[in-house]
Amino acid sequence: MRLLLSLFLALLLNACAGPQLRGTGDLGLVIERASGQVTLVNTSSRQAYARIGGLGDLSHASAVYSRDGRYAFIFGRDGGLTKIDLLEARIVKRVMQSGNAIGGSISQDGRIVVAQNYTPGGIKAFDADTLELLSEVPAEYAPGQFSKVVGLADTPGNRFAYALFEGGEIWVTDFSNPKQPKTQRFPAGLQPYDGLVTPDGRYFLAGLFGEDGVAMLDLWQPEKGARKILENYGRGQEKLPVFKMPHLRGWSVAQGKAYLPAIGRHEVLVVDVATWKEVGRIPVRGQPVFVIARPDGRQVWVNFAFPDNGKMDVIDTLAGKVVHAFEPGKGILHMEFAPRGESVWLSARDDNKVLIYNTATFVKQGEIPADSPSGIFFTARAARIGF
Amino acid sequence: MALAAEPDVARQKQLVHLVRQDCGSCHGMTLNGGLGPALLPETLKDKPPEGLVATIYYGRPGTPMPPWKQFMSEDEAAWIVDKLMTEFPK
Repeated sequence: MRLLLSLFLALLLNACAGPQLRGTGDLGLVIERASGQVTLVNTSSRQAYARIGGLGDLSHASAVYSRDGRYAFIFGRDGGLTKIDLLEARIVKRVMQSGNAIGGSISQDGRIVVAQNYTPGGIKAFDADTLELLSEVPAEYAPGQFSKVVGLADTPGNRFAYALFEGGEIWVTDFSNPKQPKTQRFPAGLQPYDGLVTPDGRYFLAGLFGEDGVAMLDLWQPEKGARKILENYGRGQEKLPVFKMPHLRGWSVAQGKAYLPAIGRHEVLVVDVATWKEVGRIPVRGQPVFVIARPDGRQVWVNFAFPDNGKMDVIDTLAGKVVHAFEPGKGILHMEFAPRGESVWLSARDDNKVLIYNTATFVKQGEIPADSPSGIFFTARAARIGF
Repeated sequence: MALAAEPDVARQKQLVHLVRQDCGSCHGMTLNGGLGPALLPETLKDKPPEGLVATIYYGRPGTPMPPWKQFMSEDEAAWIVDKLMTEFPK
């Protein structure tokens, strides 16, 4: 009896201690592309706290978050969609949703997760709780012709905007009724390679590979159709070979100006967001891949395509030029700012490390070992349009 | 296909890394395809190897495929094609 009583007391004590409560605002994950794992990280302690494997082919994987920041939805290259619990550090659910995927997005109300696919080309909508398939929209732009889908972005009203690489169009699909989506189509231009939505959710932009320029659709007035901005930004000059497509997600807007990677050039284009005219170009040390503003907009960080992927340039948006250039490691694939930007995390793929820098002093604050790290995604994305 | 002088082991390692990581940004790290087509033996088997070598070395104008000649010799491109058409090293 005494034994039973002490067991009971022990249980009671355990129950009182319970699982430690915590929020998710300072958590995140790092994709380890070659080994199908993610490392879970804490941006306050700047430490890894768990690692989860079994996620399949994670080359070019990306993640979005549930609105409470507890669950990450990870889109793998092989079409795997995995839901992870950041607090319990485990896989909640995993489905194979296509043969070849390129990313995804989550709806304004957090209920629908949408994956964008190359093969078969199109998008698919899933219930965020169960990952049950709700509906799909094949990217059939002409009878029997399917396109790869790029640049999928969530926009207000549970609508998703995306572009068709072969189809040369921007599509907007409304999932207000998730089982019966409605799609509008807009001609955009030659070979859109990626897209983004502005932080207010108003404009969808698709970068064009097949021609100089960016297609822009005003989602507040879609009936006006897509128009081209930054046309002919490279006119009369031979384009350099492009060894890696730039990424437009991670859009940079600071002080009414947008900073965009120039495709096939060693330049960042500066655009006035009121007029959508080019107002400047900033020379950088390679072909930009990610051009991302620190959350306060004072700095824009730029990484580069092969063979310049060991370099990083930091633009001061007040000075309008690069103020810090350095070589933090080998194969810098991605960067993510702490929610308010005092630190930046860089993945150095070929060094098998994530490097953490103070953005004010550029001093290194720490590093985390990771196996071929690529994308870094913090939970602050949960509350942002277009992330 | 006539095999030119094989690159030495260290260089082979660099080329494999280049193909998986950098070609992989369009063709997929597992070479299953992405924005660019799959580079698996099944998908390449009906294509003339010389044409594939030229595609790597000179690129394909009108498509996103860039020329890689500043990073390798033509013989090295031929070695890559030979490996892609049989079994590409990890």
